[in-house]
Amino acid sequence: MSETFRVEVYWHGGVDGRVTDLLDQIAPLGIEGVKGARVSNLYFIRGDLASDDVERIAWALLTDPVVEGYLWTRVLDHATGAAADSVVEVGFHPGVTDPVATHLLRRARLLGIEGLQAVTTATRYQFDGDLSRADLDRLARELLCNTVIQSYTLGELQPAFVPDAAPSDAVDIVPIRDLTGDQLRALSTDRVLFLSLPEMQAIQSEFRAAGRDPTDIELEILAQTWSEHCLHKTFKAAIDFHREGGMPRVGPGAPAVTPNRETVPSLIGGYLRAATERLARPWVRSAFVDNAGIIDFDDTYEVSFKAETHNHPSALEPFGGANTGVGGVIRDIIGVSAKPIANTDVLCFGPLDLDADRVPGGSLHPRRIARGVVAGIEDYGNKMGIPTVSGAILYDEDYVANPLVYCGCVGIAPKGLHCNAPRPGDRIVALGGRTGRDGIHGATFSSAELTHDTGTTVGSVVQIGDPITEKAVLDAILQARDEGLYTAITDCGAGGFSSAVGEMGKDVGVDVELQHIPLKYPGLRPWEIWLSEAQERMVIAVPESNLARLAEICATYDVEWTVIGFFSGDGTLRIRYGGTIVADMPMDFVHEGWPRLTLSAVWTPPTVPDPQFPASLDLEAVLLRALAHPDVASKEDVIRRYDHEVQGATVVKPLVGLLDDGPSDAAVLRPLMTGGPRGLALGCGINPHYGQLDPYAMAWAAVDEALRNVVAVGADPERVALLDNFCWGNPALPDRLGGLVRAAQGCHDAALAYGTPFISGKDSLNNEFVDAQGVKRTIPPTLLISSLGMVDDVRTCVTMDLKQAGDAVYLVGETRAELGGSLLHRLFGGLSGTPPAPVPDAPESLRALHRAIGQSLVRAVHDLSEGGLAVAGAEMALAGHLGLALDLTAAPRGAISPSLGSNGVDTDTVLLFSESSARFLVEVAPEAGPAFEAVLAGQPCARVGTVTPDQRLRITGVEAAVLIDLPVELLAAAWRSTEVV
Amino acid sequence: MHPRVLILQATGTNRDGDAAYAIELAGGTPVTLHVNQLRAHPELLQQFQMLLLPGGFSYGDALGAGRLLAADMRWLFQEPLAAFVAAGKPVLGICNGFQALVKSGWLPGPPDGALRATLTRNVSNRFECRWVRLDPNSSSPCVFTRGLTEPITCPVAHGEGRFVPRDETTLAELTAAGQVAVTYATAGGSPPTYPANPNGSTADIAGICNAEGTVFGLMPHPEDHVLPEQHPRWARGERGHLGLALFEQGVRYAAGL
Repeated sequence: MSETFRVEVYWHGGVDGRVTDLLDQIAPLGIEGVKGARVSNLYFIRGDLASDDVERIAWALLTDPVVEGYLWTRVLDHATGAAADSVVEVGFHPGVTDPVATHLLRRARLLGIEGLQAVTTATRYQFDGDLSRADLDRLARELLCNTVIQSYTLGELQPAFVPDAAPSDAVDIVPIRDLTGDQLRALSTDRVLFLSLPEMQAIQSEFRAAGRDPTDIELEILAQTWSEHCLHKTFKAAIDFHREGGMPRVGPGAPAVTPNRETVPSLIGGYLRAATERLARPWVRSAFVDNAGIIDFDDTYEVSFKAETHNHPSALEPFGGANTGVGGVIRDIIGVSAKPIANTDVLCFGPLDLDADRVPGGSLHPRRIARGVVAGIEDYGNKMGIPTVSGAILYDEDYVANPLVYCGCVGIAPKGLHCNAPRPGDRIVALGGRTGRDGIHGATFSSAELTHDTGTTVGSVVQIGDPITEKAVLDAILQARDEGLYTAITDCGAGGFSSAVGEMGKDVGVDVELQHIPLKYPGLRPWEIWLSEAQERMVIAVPESNLARLAEICATYDVEWTVIGFFSGDGTLRIRYGGTIVADMPMDFVHEGWPRLTLSAVWTPPTVPDPQFPASLDLEAVLLRALAHPDVASKEDVIRRYDHEVQGATVVKPLVGLLDDGPSDAAVLRPLMTGGPRGLALGCGINPHYGQLDPYAMAWAAVDEALRNVVAVGADPERVALLDNFCWGNPALPDRLGGLVRAAQGCHDAALAYGTPFISGKDSLNNEFVDAQGVKRTIPPTLLISSLGMVDDVRTCVTMDLKQAGDAVYLVGETRAELGGSLLHRLFGGLSGTPPAPVPDAPESLRALHRAIGQSLVRAVHDLSEGGLAVAGAEMALAGHLGLALDLTAAPRGAISPSLGSNGVDTDTVLLFSESSARFLVEVAPEAGPAFEAVLAGQPCARVGTVTPDQRLRITGVEAAVLIDLPVELLAAAWRSTEVV
Repeated sequence: MHPRVLILQATGTNRDGDAAYAIELAGGTPVTLHVNQLRAHPELLQQFQMLLLPGGFSYGDALGAGRLLAADMRWLFQEPLAAFVAAGKPVLGICNGFQALVKSGWLPGPPDGALRATLTRNVSNRFECRWVRLDPNSSSPCVFTRGLTEPITCPVAHGEGRFVPRDETTLAELTAAGQVAVTYATAGGSPPTYPANPNGSTADIAGICNAEGTVFGLMPHPEDHVLPEQHPRWARGERGHLGLALFEQGVRYAAGL
């Protein structure tokens, strides 16, 4: 007889960190009555179980007897849980990934308990204090429970298990051949296909020609394959571009005259891939064709790099969205047969201290999003054993409804082992996680704008990851790779098997039997099985003769694997359910049948607010505010939650300096297996505020910063590869698309000037949000450039912290009056002004600086970015716990008018806070000074200061006035004062 | 000459490569096997001179860090492991491996009674990755720390590393027997409050050994400081205090068996 039992595991081990943490999180909600809390784990176990079985499970598996105790009771079916005062219990919706439950089921069998049938887990929060039901309800909704994946009860939770369901073979024929345009549009909307009318018409004519109507699974396959997310239609479309102002294009890649009107053949082909092709770097092994870009590491190894975004899911379920974002990009690296060796994460959130009434209905508060996202990244990266070493976090009110979560991953592999050419007859093997109803329509949903009720209508798109399943898959795949067992590999990401198998078999044809695909629970319809975006799944093509060995490897690593079909050789996508054909389309139509678009775009310089400066600026106060701004402030609280040491390769860490607390420009890894001194440096450049002025300037600045990050620690500027990741608004709106064209042009021109090829890229469009009042909000155009640079010998690397009193400090690069989009202007409520201009001859300075680093002439290098010279100098001082005296008189500079527009900012202020590109601060030992100056000869470079033992930052202006004179301790306190997660 | 060291990997173990690298540098011959392989051939264990349980998240730390690997050790390998330990062969558990040794009763031991200690959630309730300083206990019988006079610096990377003895008596017994092999410490010798003691461990305990000193576990990762450039401040000229010393001691001991 099947019964359900409730086991509560309670804490008796003294201080409970969960409670401290919980009370900290409750504090900003303003619920006064909470005096204390207790947290317990709940396990609902169902099955044919004797009391003794329940006792053994609770004792042997669920409880740590030193710090925990347990209670168990029978749960009566259909009863409502007992009411209890001040209690909230939170459990997952049935079907949400719950690895604890899965492990418990397996272990009970090992214990010899055969009767356990189902498990679900939950958490109990018992509060002390005077709390109304309304208070508890608020606690549940705003903190304890995300109703997208969980449900809660005030009092005892009634467990919900996945209901039993019969297998489903239901396939609808969708009559399409006789529909009018309006009906086609309605069909696309009703079925959540997000296909345009021309696309629906292309499908209609294909099936008219075939003399039949499509099945639901065929329509879903086309919607997925043709989705913006999978096809990148905008980046492949021809664009009629009209430019109404803005700076002309510059550099060796720019046309002699920047036209006002042009037709762009495509953003990828015309700019991004075009730059890589024109540069033709011999060390680029694969760009824009595989799951990740691949370059040479040395003669033996290659490294791969990829960055993705997971924005929409993270807006709805921050933990799960970021968690699966990390899992997804790791699979991209596994998908090029590489071992992941580093994760990178760049995040854009709303301000954490935002008033609750400024959060639009349907959105979560930025604090909750930030916490969930960081926890999701931590969970996946740490459990996979991949160090998270590089990233950035930006905060702006424009990201409240559309947070951005960029997840990157770097891999390494011996050369010559990756292959991607399935042969007819090879078996299609699915490895890893089972398929469930999770993530249905993810590809199409991520191509749509969010609305205030997206969370409820497409809740199924959001999932939680299971990193240990992916770790097992990784171990098995690397073994299979080394033994040459597969002929092709790819991951299941957006679009699930439909995308993975469809892509892999596009030149060969596939024949798949859906009934062979292992399911988490029965009841999925055939199209759901094929489109599910359940996590932790890989697909490989395996010759039949290798299946037996693959089986052994999978058994060793606890990986589930299944043959789900074969590569047919007939160029057809054929899918069966129980033998019956449910989809049968030519691969040519699936992949090439989409109607090409010609889009129109226009770019006009935007009108942005002016900063409102007081009559006189207190520069010391401004610097302290700049250091405390969350974009600049210490991210140590986040960085320490990520394991940045695992794999033993991290030789320049994300935090550096005397007390390991300064902000490193880039991380450097020396993978242990390579055995040599060579390493790779990881950095990034991002500044959406320049993009709000001119995306062309933003792109140059981002490329420049990403490159300077890695050069600052010691990477060779001639050996840097880049990734482009665009997060943008709706490309159907010509102004949004116009900015995108400008940004792509900037990427192209900067890449050619710096000699840095793009090896992979990705776009996330439609980051717009329509709130309950119908008001549309878009994100600022946000381009992330990630950089991967080679370091010939990591023992020459330098860090950004000041090392020694008495050393000279040089400023490399020219400062110009470029305060548009700067932190200074933002601190005073404005954006206007000139954004940092391209510096086409910057590569010469970079090469010279690199030579100086290689000759061990420098002790510290730091790149100048947000907050300019003032912030960079302060950071070097606080990281080194040393003083710094700077004199602006000698600073290399371009034209700086004494009075800038209506703002009246003087030359000193410009020199302190301008964000001109291509600049570094460099610490040089006195005895190395002449040699350093000789290597930098001909470059804009001048000595501007001295490291001092007095623990003060002292800056004097061009008229010899003391502008800033502050203790380093005070700077450090400001820099650490801000909540960043 | 080069003792064979079994690096036992479970699903979710992830510092097996780091541990193997350290063993090799220390002069041992690492061989990595998955729990499933050892399960199929438990007799393989006796071919090794040392056992190392590396860090990671075995079984995802479902039901608590190291608990399911501890269950494996109790239910699948109790006898061969008992024979291995009885033969005086050294066993080292790092981070997740330490958690599994504690939760299976091998540490502080003896393994047949009720658990005398545990490793639970950090007081901060967070996973934290930071470098710590460890002082070896010169009066400990631990074969991995015996003779070490210098401190070790190395990273911690865990969310459940807070050492909690069952009661005051247990703590007193462990201390008296020298079973507290390494403690968190500060360079200046002041009491290691957070973050020097990164997790709130009782009595700043970072690692313990069994009464014989042959089974040893610790939360920090000495295997991630075996090369000078792994030090967080090598670019400032700081050197030394390598975690490699622990592996060299253990390998030397195993080689002498």
